[in-house]
Amino acid sequence: MWSWVGHRITGVVIFIFLLVHVLDTSLVRVSPEAYTAVIGAYKNPIMGLGEAALVAAIVFHAFNGLRVIAVDFWKKGPKYQRQMLWAVLGLWAVTMIPFLIRHLTIVFSNLGGN
Amino acid sequence: MSPVETAESAPEPASKIELPAHLGGGGEIPTFDVTLRVRRYDPEFSDESKWEDFRMTMYGTDRVLDALHKVKWEQDGSLSFRRSCAHGVCGSDAMRINGRNRLACKTLLKDLDTSKPILVEPIKGLPVEKDLIVDMEPFFQSFREIMPFLINRDHAPTKERLQSAEERARFDDTTKCILCAACTSSCPVFWTDGQYFGPAAIVNAHRFIFDSRDDAGDMRLEILNDKEGVWRCRTVFNCTEACPRGIQVTQAIAEVKQAILSRQV
Repeated sequence: MWSWVGHRITGVVIFIFLLVHVLDTSLVRVSPEAYTAVIGAYKNPIMGLGEAALVAAIVFHAFNGLRVIAVDFWKKGPKYQRQMLWAVLGLWAVTMIPFLIRHLTIVFSNLGGN
Repeated sequence: MSPVETAESAPEPASKIELPAHLGGGGEIPTFDVTLRVRRYDPEFSDESKWEDFRMTMYGTDRVLDALHKVKWEQDGSLSFRRSCAHGVCGSDAMRINGRNRLACKTLLKDLDTSKPILVEPIKGLPVEKDLIVDMEPFFQSFREIMPFLINRDHAPTKERLQSAEERARFDDTTKCILCAACTSSCPVFWTDGQYFGPAAIVNAHRFIFDSRDDAGDMRLEILNDKEGVWRCRTVFNCTEACPRGIQVTQAIAEVKQAILSRQV
């Protein structure tokens, strides 16, 4: 059940991001200066952590989405759903650890530079 | 033969006469105190449901159903719950015990954490009538809609309708259903959308769809190929975990989904 709850929550998080993302990107049509100002406002550690959370949500949603497809279309999918969930969490960790090291280094080294 | 005597005893002693008197025959069964916290609801007195605690001393061989009996027979006769066979076959006493759907007659108290109160609630998603009794009619309505009976257009044979062992094995898992509603009432989709057929109805459709003697598989697939049919399943797997008979419910639903897509049973 928790894989399903996680899938729902990350889905809603990604949807809200996309909504905001479409709005801020479309600002470039209003005026490039406004767009630059808004994008510039994202360059702070809080947004940096937000980006990390967003990537975490997307990576989980992507891998678990593949698992859900396997459960629906692979004959042995329902039998191995639990093992596949562990695989999803393992792949999530393998993807997230290098990303977080790189991403958080950039976020917090820029903090010192500014 | 008393089942009590077999508890914990290895090979039966050659002579029971030599047993010390203090053992009392087959050895004492451990006892412990438990608190049963039951969700009470009586529309004649209040529209609100509330928790009520009952304390009692129970034996290591007792089940949650025995504790409910003790409350009803010795402490509060107004406590209402369903049970019939009390041996995990009739499917009457499915309830939510410590947040999980189980049969009260198959849940031993010693397997639960008796240091904390044991929470007993009615199953979710169906209207509560009194205490642990829910209105099962919406559940049975879905069950009836999938036509849970053999449909065969041939002339009735004078002997049995024969079937190979492999053909019988195809739907063996879904013949075990006892219609206790533990699966359907554990499904988050069913909680929010009471129109959903629910796992139990799909399991019983599966039992006939994949039966080589049945001719109405296509009709059942058409019934379940509905907005409120199998496509409502979000593979949460709560049903599979709740089933007291160990039916692989989500597996059965997935097989019906695939049969609808391929139109092959």
